[in-house]
Amino acid sequence: MKKYVIIGNSAAAIGAVQGIRSVDTEGMITVISDEPYHTYSRPLISYWLEGKVTDEKIYYREPDFYEKNNVMTMFGTRAVAIGGGYVTLANGGKVQYDKLLVATGSKPFVPPMAGLEDVKDKFTFMTWDSAKAIKEKVTSGTKVLIIGAGLIGLKCAEALYHLEADITVVDLADRILPSILDVRAGQIMQKHIESKGTKFILGTSVEQFSEHSAKLTNGDTVDFDIVVIAVGVRPNTELVSEAGGKVEKGIITDLTQKTTIPDVYAAGDCTVSYDSSSDTQKILALLPNAFMQGEVAGKNMAGEETVYLNAIPMNAIGFYGLHIITAGSYDGQADVTENEEKEQYKKLVFKDGLLKGYILMGDVARAGIYTSMIRERIPLEDVDIELLRTRPQMMMFGKARRDEKLAGKM
Amino acid sequence: MKKVYVNEEWCLACHLCEYYCAAANSGAENMIKAFANGKKPISAIQVEESDSINFAVQCRHCPVPLCVKSCITGALSVKDGVVSCDESRCVGCYTCVLACPYGCIVTSEQSKVIRKCDLCTKNNNGDPVCVKGCPNRAIVFEER
Amino acid sequence: MALNYFQPLFDVIRDKDRCIKCRACERQCANEVHHYDAELDKMISNSQTCVDCQRCVCICPTSALKITDNPNKFRNNSNWSQRVMTEVYKQAETGGVLLCAMGNPKEYPVYWDKILLNASQVTNPPIDPLREPMETRVFLGKKPRSVTFKEDGSIDTKITPTLELSTPIMFSAMSYGSISRNAHESLARAAAELGIYYNTGEGGLHKDFYKYGPNTIVQVASGRFGVFKDYLETGAAIEIKMGQGAKPGIGGHLPGAKILEDVSKTRMIPMGTDAISPAPHHDIYSIEDLRQLVFSLKEATEYKKPIIVKIAAVHNVAAIASGIARSGADIIAIDGYRGGTGAAPTRIRDNVGIPIELALASVDQRLRDEGIRNEVSVVVAGSVRSSSDVVKAIALGADACYIGTAALLALGCHLCRSCQTGKCNWGIATQRPDLVKRLNPNIGYHRLVNLVHAWDHEIKEMIGGMGINSIEALRGNRLMLRGIGLNEKELEILGIRHAGQ
Repeated sequence: MKKYVIIGNSAAAIGAVQGIRSVDTEGMITVISDEPYHTYSRPLISYWLEGKVTDEKIYYREPDFYEKNNVMTMFGTRAVAIGGGYVTLANGGKVQYDKLLVATGSKPFVPPMAGLEDVKDKFTFMTWDSAKAIKEKVTSGTKVLIIGAGLIGLKCAEALYHLEADITVVDLADRILPSILDVRAGQIMQKHIESKGTKFILGTSVEQFSEHSAKLTNGDTVDFDIVVIAVGVRPNTELVSEAGGKVEKGIITDLTQKTTIPDVYAAGDCTVSYDSSSDTQKILALLPNAFMQGEVAGKNMAGEETVYLNAIPMNAIGFYGLHIITAGSYDGQADVTENEEKEQYKKLVFKDGLLKGYILMGDVARAGIYTSMIRERIPLEDVDIELLRTRPQMMMFGKARRDEKLAGKM
Repeated sequence: MKKVYVNEEWCLACHLCEYYCAAANSGAENMIKAFANGKKPISAIQVEESDSINFAVQCRHCPVPLCVKSCITGALSVKDGVVSCDESRCVGCYTCVLACPYGCIVTSEQSKVIRKCDLCTKNNNGDPVCVKGCPNRAIVFEER
Repeated sequence: MALNYFQPLFDVIRDKDRCIKCRACERQCANEVHHYDAELDKMISNSQTCVDCQRCVCICPTSALKITDNPNKFRNNSNWSQRVMTEVYKQAETGGVLLCAMGNPKEYPVYWDKILLNASQVTNPPIDPLREPMETRVFLGKKPRSVTFKEDGSIDTKITPTLELSTPIMFSAMSYGSISRNAHESLARAAAELGIYYNTGEGGLHKDFYKYGPNTIVQVASGRFGVFKDYLETGAAIEIKMGQGAKPGIGGHLPGAKILEDVSKTRMIPMGTDAISPAPHHDIYSIEDLRQLVFSLKEATEYKKPIIVKIAAVHNVAAIASGIARSGADIIAIDGYRGGTGAAPTRIRDNVGIPIELALASVDQRLRDEGIRNEVSVVVAGSVRSSSDVVKAIALGADACYIGTAALLALGCHLCRSCQTGKCNWGIATQRPDLVKRLNPNIGYHRLVNLVHAWDHEIKEMIGGMGINSIEALRGNRLMLRGIGLNEKELEILGIRHAGQ
């Protein structure tokens, strides 16, 4: 009977459990996590903070998930080292493995900032615990300073907006959400968020913190009750690097999710993925990506050879009620349409006869058809470009491809 | 597994499937009540039409469902081959909308959660109502 | 128009409490009666263009629609009815011949409904078709006067070709062009499954339907559309169309708008040109001429196929039938004045010809009197509406019946009688691709099969009740019929007694 050990308990880990169990119903699976919780959905912490998701609904899988999948759990336990067929735990214990998955995710990056040590109520926003800590400090009117206008910072801002906090977001960049939006889409979103009362101070950073205020490089001073630092994340790669595995920006794996250490696999936000839309290696810190990598890792660990292909950056997210769906890369010839009044924006990016990426804001219906064009690398010459430009629709594919996709004819 | 298929040759773009779907899954007793007082329940089947070609599209219940793998809450799951959504767990993030290659996950402005075809397994109509309501037997429920 | 002389015939009534504004009615009406007004958030109907085809009523998912006669009435006048007046207004405006479609709708007597059937009681037992074998199969064609045998016991008599029908019903001639491809496919597939025949009409045979040849009667009409060697050889029988019950004495006219690519290929005429069938066959001015065509066709097909001659029921139909029986034809088809059409001048349809019941009775009697009844089979058409009409027709002397209108009803037709407009909302009498697809032949053929099966069951029940177990034993058995409410002359022509006699 094979012994599987998984370090981590989020999407990649759950994907791995399901992957292993789809092949091997017998082997012993142990999940080690430093968090004390049943697997919960990390992106849901902002919904939880807002009050939209309850304690019962934040869980990523049903309460009997581990039982049903015959998984042994070691929660609240930190793995400190791997190697030689063992995982070493913080308490000195050792767990033996035949196949190991490192699904350790990432941690918030807190850069050195002058005076930060004087701020008592400072938080990051990555875990349920961090959300719980913030919630304790926020009531109606609480002044919140968020450093970072990226996905995490703004998701946190949205949640706090629902708690009626007084929010100011500061970012060194001169625009918001630069990781997923272009300049124009960022402007529309910024205007939308500002219309709800959240303030942005962009192109600036904190020069000096004191306990309840921050002096900015542009000369302004922002008073706050609490600070949330959301400038970025760093993958948790130490276990692998210390065991001699190859690590660059993140843990390096092959397409089967195997690291350079024998019998050790890695998946999720701690790894580097191959982005097929831009033909580059990058960290794709996305839940769907983590789950699917985990699943592929699990299958390979259990002996079913599978590769993970077609990974692309993709995000579906909404802020203050305005939805965005984006995917792929924005390097190429762009086709942009906009309806400012309706807060709708659409950008399609073409290159090498393929759809390479898109941004949809406001009207996101059926976006997955565009995603499939990117992932499946469907040549533009095979589709009706006019229909493609109009909106995502199956009509744009020719009869043969529609038959294949819709009519079950291969 | 039996699935819903649409034969382009016979689809008239009458859109009745959309109305049967919306009504049957609205919880209302009948179609008139489902749409009473300006209510606009959402259909999980959508008709695409052009000058000469029409067809309805709904969930393919993929053997490898990207929507389920992508779901950030665990609201989407597969049971006996049917991909369905626990709407009480959906937060309306639309990651499934991003993932579905057929554009079959429908967004609802009213409920803020998604709607998708569950082959009418959650209402008491037996076979899918889009199939039963199609006036030209363009929509069929069969093994392929 | 500032002054509108003729008011809409119908009134479209929408129950606003039931309407959910799904717009199915709007999408399904080729006459553009319904439309959704977004500004008012309302469905609005324009009754003016409504033809009462009932498509919207049938498709409405909440039964919110009703179509009634327009209650607006001109001043009562028994002589100048509203219909007559409206026709005058129309002609005063257009200067044209009035056109119409489907069978004569006027209130002439329906003799089928004035004839009653017999049943056995006490002295001769009825037969239960569920328990005992019952034969509805018929053979159409010449029957030998006598049969001689060879020494080894085999039949010596030369048997001419016949058509075998599982039940005495066939689908009438309806051309591809007047009806849609899907309607044709439905008829062809149903005929094949039922073991009966359908008839191409005068529009030729689409190449896709050659596979149904063994169940196809191919027609040769005055326009000779689509007639060539393969066509003649493909059919199980060849029908020479001399006349049609709906429009005796005139030819046909299929407007160029309906001659699209496929119809043009099948008819072998250029796209967009009007297909005009002359009133006469220009090579037939006598029975002798007809005989030449009959034998030309027999020669062309090596005497392997029976030849049908179809005529409209007109005043001297018995004498004409006698001539046809002597022309070498194997089967005579007689089409009564209520027979359907895809388009006909209204005056002709409503005023020319005679009832099929009377025509049949006199033809059968005449052929018997002349001792040549065995030379031909007699098929009747022109409004056979039910299995009891079939049974009465057989008892009056028919070998089989053609059904046209009943078959179209099975396909969805609601007899709005607007075929000539080409905008049939049921996908039957149209060539518009978006309308044609409304008739799914997978549904259509099944409904036709159901209809004929149902009739066949009923025929067996009725003849079983008479104590007859074979349809052959009913043919010409007029003792099984009694008239009701008929005068002496009518009874004499029908060759039946009055009820109670």
